[in-house]
Amino acid sequence: MIVGRISRAGLVSLVGMALLALSLSSGAEEGKKKERWKRFENDGLHDPGNPAIGELQWPGDAFEGFPMDNPDTGNQVDWVRALESGVIVPRTNLFPDTHIEVLDLDIIMDQTSTMPYVRFPHRAHTQWLDCSNCHDHLFVKKSGANPVNMFAILSGEYCGRCHGAVAFPLTECRRCHSVERNSFRGNFGAQEGPGRVYPPVMEQEVVN
Amino acid sequence: MGIRQIAASRLWGPLMAVALLLVALPSRAEYADVVLNKYAEKNGMRPVIFPHWFHRIRFRCKVCHFELGFEMRAGSNDITMGKIIDGQYCGMCHNNEIAWSVEHCDRCHSGRPGLKTRIYGGHETSGPSRW
Ligand code: HEC
Ligand code: HEC
Ligand code: HEC
Ligand code: HEC
Ligand code: HEC
Ligand code: HEC
Repeated sequence: MIVGRISRAGLVSLVGMALLALSLSSGAEEGKKKERWKRFENDGLHDPGNPAIGELQWPGDAFEGFPMDNPDTGNQVDWVRALESGVIVPRTNLFPDTHIEVLDLDIIMDQTSTMPYVRFPHRAHTQWLDCSNCHDHLFVKKSGANPVNMFAILSGEYCGRCHGAVAFPLTECRRCHSVERNSFRGNFGAQEGPGRVYPPVMEQEVVN
Repeated sequence: MGIRQIAASRLWGPLMAVALLLVALPSRAEYADVVLNKYAEKNGMRPVIFPHWFHRIRFRCKVCHFELGFEMRAGSNDITMGKIIDGQYCGMCHNNEIAWSVEHCDRCHSGRPGLKTRIYGGHETSGPSRW
């Protein structure tokens, strides 16, 4: 009986505290509740005392009109579609004689244990990157010849050099592991072109 | 309804609230921001914050990581102010031609004191810059 009463009193005060905390937090969050991107003053990185902080552009302003990615996923914008749809036109080179190469070649990687196979699209990558950003110091140019595994990726090697650092994070398993094991019929490795056209990430299959 | 179930059902709300509060508290840097602080703070300047998101709207990765030769590993490029003024690294663009020049110290030197040189962001893995 006593135990019951204590826990009841405890419960009431817990509820009270929680409500208070909730109202405090929502009060503090008032006005920026719908903001997807942190303000520099409280992102933990920028010095709020910097006199030039107001001269920096806030991501929310820069990303206006961008195709979105899921909340809290990387920069929260779909960079591949932003580029392909012409929402942004980032420069490919500064020097006029730099050789620009884009390759449309998908590779199916099958060493995925019980996970769906990985489809690596060269096109999305070479629109941003040069061949030498990957070949040959991250991957030799031969499908199946690289001992890629998830542990190495999570420690920042292979795909993890960029994914989890600058490109979309490694929590998005399905964006790489996108090929169902039981319905894929072709050969592994390099695929006949053209490469698969990925849907915008907001329309891609959700991880279960 | 048993007392346990009531307790359980009543507890969920506050517990979730507390959990949400804990989740909401930590502030988060924008994904892929790089802090450069090998020399800055030792020489009386705030750490430098390089925002990837801002630059990749204007330049593809290959411009910096191929043409201009930035190594893809936070902290591995030996960037100093002297080299920047000489037109290397950030100074290849921040030269009053492609972008505003070095006189705007505080736009680059904008970090809180004490930050470590590495990549920041939401989903941190034990990535290359976490040695
Ligand atoms: C390839 C060219 C290029 C390189 C290299 C470059 N920047 Fe920039 N940066 C730009 C351009 C262009 C702008 C935008 C200028 C404008 O708005 O007029 C910019 C803007 C910025 C801004 C301001 C962002 C804002 O919110 O307005 C910061 C900070 C910055 N750069 C830091 C750096 C640092 C630090 C480096 C070196 C590690 C660097 N940049 C290297 C081209 C470059
Ligand atoms: C950036 C792309 C990418 C992401 C994101 C990704 N993987 Fe992988 N994964 C790979 C590649 C590439 C391989 C190796 C394929 C090969 O060598 O044939 C792999 C292999 C694997 C393997 C088998 C090899 C091993 O190390 O056991 C498993 C299991 C796996 N991934 C699980 C996951 C899970 C779970 C997630 C999400 C938390 C995930 N992966 C996210 C690219 C990715
Ligand atoms: C983001 C990293 C990345 C970039 C950039 C990249 N590749 Fe690849 N490349 C890969 C991966 C991953 C494989 C598959 C390796 C495996 O299966 O082990 C591959 C495989 C290849 C293969 C072998 C295909 C086969 O038939 O076996 C060739 C050829 C190739 N790449 C050429 C290029 C060229 C040319 C460029 C520049 C236009 C380029 N790659 C840019 C990552 C990249
Ligand atoms: C050198 C950097 C780099 C490496 C290494 C790399 N990626 Fe990427 N990847 C990118 C960038 C940049 C994008 C553009 C999207 C973004 O920034 O989130 C991208 C996008 C993708 C996409 C999305 C395509 C789309 O249309 O939405 C997939 C899938 C992908 N990468 C898989 C892989 C796999 C699998 C590997 C390893 C075998 C890998 N990546 C290695 C930089 C890299
Ligand atoms: C375009 C960005 C940028 C601007 C603008 C800039 N800096 Fe720097 N500065 C850097 C970077 C990057 C470093 C190297 C950071 C590190 O690793 O500690 C640096 C380093 C320094 C250092 C450390 C010692 C050294 O010689 O490298 C000093 C001092 C410094 N800057 C002063 C200044 C002053 C004063 C101004 C304005 C006149 C200025 N900076 C403007 C990017 C910038
Ligand atoms: C304006 C120049 C610029 C552009 C454009 C740029 N980067 Fe970077 N990148 C840098 C600088 C500067 C660093 C930090 C280097 C250092 O600390 O020595 C860096 C670091 C990195 C790192 C290392 C992160 C780590 O974990 O250590 C990766 C990976 C990377 N960039 C990938 C990319 C990708 C992918 C793109 C295109 C989507 C890109 N970068 C576009 C300048 C750039």
